[in-house]
Amino acid sequence: MSSKEGSGGFRKRKHDNFPHGQKRDEKESANSSSSLMVSFKSFQLELDTRHDKYERLVKLSRDVTIESKRTIFLLHRITSAPNGEEILNESEAKLDAVRQKIKQVAQELVGEDMYQFHRAISPGLQEYVEAVSFQYFIKTRSLISVKEINKQLIFTMGDEETNTPSSNSHDEQLCTWSLKVTPVDYLLGVADLTGELMRMCITSVGNGDIDTPFELSQFLRQIYDGFSYIGNTGPYEVSKKLYTLKQSLAKVENACYTLKVRGSEIPKHMLADVFSTKAEIIDREEGLS
Amino acid sequence: MSVSEMFISLQGVLTADQDIREEIRKVVQTLEQTAREILTLLQGVHQGAGFQDIPKKCQKAREHFGAVKTQLGSLKTKFPADQYYRFHEHWRFVLQRLVFLAAFVVYLETETLVTREAVTEILGIEADRERGFHLDIEDYLSGILTLASELSRLAVNSVTAGDYSRPLRISTFINELDSGFRLLNLKNDSLRKRYDGLKYDVKKIEEVVYDLSIRGLNKEATSVAGAEK
Repeated sequence: MSSKEGSGGFRKRKHDNFPHGQKRDEKESANSSSSLMVSFKSFQLELDTRHDKYERLVKLSRDVTIESKRTIFLLHRITSAPNGEEILNESEAKLDAVRQKIKQVAQELVGEDMYQFHRAISPGLQEYVEAVSFQYFIKTRSLISVKEINKQLIFTMGDEETNTPSSNSHDEQLCTWSLKVTPVDYLLGVADLTGELMRMCITSVGNGDIDTPFELSQFLRQIYDGFSYIGNTGPYEVSKKLYTLKQSLAKVENACYTLKVRGSEIPKHMLADVFSTKAEIIDREEGLS
Repeated sequence: MSVSEMFISLQGVLTADQDIREEIRKVVQTLEQTAREILTLLQGVHQGAGFQDIPKKCQKAREHFGAVKTQLGSLKTKFPADQYYRFHEHWRFVLQRLVFLAAFVVYLETETLVTREAVTEILGIEADRERGFHLDIEDYLSGILTLASELSRLAVNSVTAGDYSRPLRISTFINELDSGFRLLNLKNDSLRKRYDGLKYDVKKIEEVVYDLSIRGLNKEATSVAGAEK
């Protein structure tokens, strides 16, 4: 609130100052001031339009980030929930809502150079990639490709209640918007995904799920290999994430190690928490040992 | 598609991107070289003797801009036309410098502010984004702000060289520029930081004008100027 008032005050001050400047100009160079002022007024308009668009995109990107984060949290609940199908459906609905936001981004960017505003939308897109790839992994146990993601980001008029009054445009080409996730955004999103997978691995250990950690560690290793292959040919951010990825992988690998070595002990500790689901496994393991 | 295949194709994209950037960097280096040459040439106006042959220096600088045109022409072939802003930061700096140089030449010739259209014409690029390789408005404004600090230096040196009327004209010009910039609602970015430096240029010139007027040198200057006319 205070910052708002501050900027308002600043603007007011600007207006107060302006007439003095103009007066001085009129006195000193009455003839040329007009053309310079006219062009600066057009610059003002141009810059304001650009900044407004940028701010709108930042806002949309933030909405995309928040909704994607919520989807990820929702998907984490799948490890303990009895009905996975329901959660997947719910996550699909949430992601659809996110895609509607991204559609608005695409509409803002019609006729623009996407890279000009890339910094505004990049964080949101990365988070979206993370959410989508997480859901995809849970469903198929594999990595979603950039192509697949971009395919879902082609929007047509029929996706939503028409918000443009021009109802006479029948041909689909006119009312199609698309947004492409850049390879770098995709990579950064996937790098974040590994953090979520690590968390999922640890919680599934906690839930006494023995198979998932091993699956996860294998998948993470594949991704890690992929990132090592890219190495530092990518931009700086990718190399930075590589370190976090290594840590996540180490955690998962250690968890698998512990499971393997002391596999028979852990379920006993967890007995109280996961009594119902675990009984069967414990029986089997005690039989073995 | 397996995970490793996916990463191999991504790696291909990234390498292609780096190759483009490498090509751009090469052209930008030659542009920087040309810009330095023009700057060295124009720096001559600050010297006592330089004030007489300003027109000659401007003409020489104009010839150098021919080289700039061809270099910018080759720069725009190095990347897809619709991805200007993807590689923008590579040439941003040198383009601002070239805007400044062009604006300086135009100021020395006519003592007016070069328009955006005129700059793009000197540099052989477009004024609108839709038409291809263009001049970003922020880069244009940034170059103009460099001009302001160069002119405040010129004001000081022209007094040293015995030209008392030029600082007064520069003062008028900078004041006008200042009120123009005050119209803009700048964000807290690099342009804003550059703009914040403008007031020191204004201050510097006002000091020069003050020094001249308190000693009555400005009257001499205007009377001389009047006699010349």
